[in-house]
Amino acid sequence: MKSAVITFPGSNCDRDMDVALKKFGFKNKMVWHQDVELPKSDLVVLPGGFSYGDYLRCGSMASKSKIMQSVINFANSGGMVMGICNGFQILVETGLVPGVLLRNKYLEFICKNVFVKISDKDNAYFKNINNNILELHIAHNEGNYFCTNDQLKEIEDNAQVAINYCNNEGKIEELFNPNGSLKNIAGIFNKEKNVLGMMPHPERMIDPSLSGEDGSLFFKNLINNLK
Amino acid sequence: MKISVIITLKKDVLDPQGKVIHQALDGMGFNDVNEVRQGKYFEIDTKETNPKKAKDKVEEMCKKLLANLVIENYKIIDAL
Repeated sequence: MKSAVITFPGSNCDRDMDVALKKFGFKNKMVWHQDVELPKSDLVVLPGGFSYGDYLRCGSMASKSKIMQSVINFANSGGMVMGICNGFQILVETGLVPGVLLRNKYLEFICKNVFVKISDKDNAYFKNINNNILELHIAHNEGNYFCTNDQLKEIEDNAQVAINYCNNEGKIEELFNPNGSLKNIAGIFNKEKNVLGMMPHPERMIDPSLSGEDGSLFFKNLINNLK
Repeated sequence: MKISVIITLKKDVLDPQGKVIHQALDGMGFNDVNEVRQGKYFEIDTKETNPKKAKDKVEEMCKKLLANLVIENYKIIDAL
């Protein structure tokens, strides 16, 4: 399976993602944001970081960079595109997934482990995964998911919510909402579910000596689903 | 020609920064404030000399980059 990770000026989780993808069997290529064409890929990843210093709105500048037109075309033709953290912010700015990510409700940069519940397994990202709850890491200042009422209705009607913040038992309540996200939404799909944007970082949870291994579960499952 | 743009958050979008500023003002003794909403201001100096054309171009900029229309409104202020 071939993957590509896009590096924008200010990306800082691109190499972690490269390590994670390779660890679980992807042949990964790093792609510079000024490139025009994507290499042949089964999965394209927009990594976390602070592209363009988070100027204007997080992800807004990166969403207009040269490579993004190819990424948008790839996604619109059914290609798998995953945006993590800043990558999620870039995805919402392109309009590939609905909504926006606002400043965290309590104006704090949040860096901690959280639990998320997988809301939908009828997609190539979470199909066949045994767990319903994953412990992943978040690190962001703008992760407060928001969308209009009309968009929310559409998202819910199409089962586009991918993961919600919860506790270790999978309870989705305001108490376990770290950043004020609407309905505890931590990740969503596009309508066709080939594009996934999420705030948590699975690539930070792949090494038992450094962290938990719930990210490993995610990547192992993902590559098996793509085979 | 210079054209200014003001970007504001839509009415029902939470503005935590505005809220904190409101609280700070309150603490400083400005007790009459009902609400504070924080926005953005841009000054765009363009080569275009036709005011109508310049305004149209800036409107396009607002829609494509300066504002995110899911959460923000823009207001173009005539040439200075």
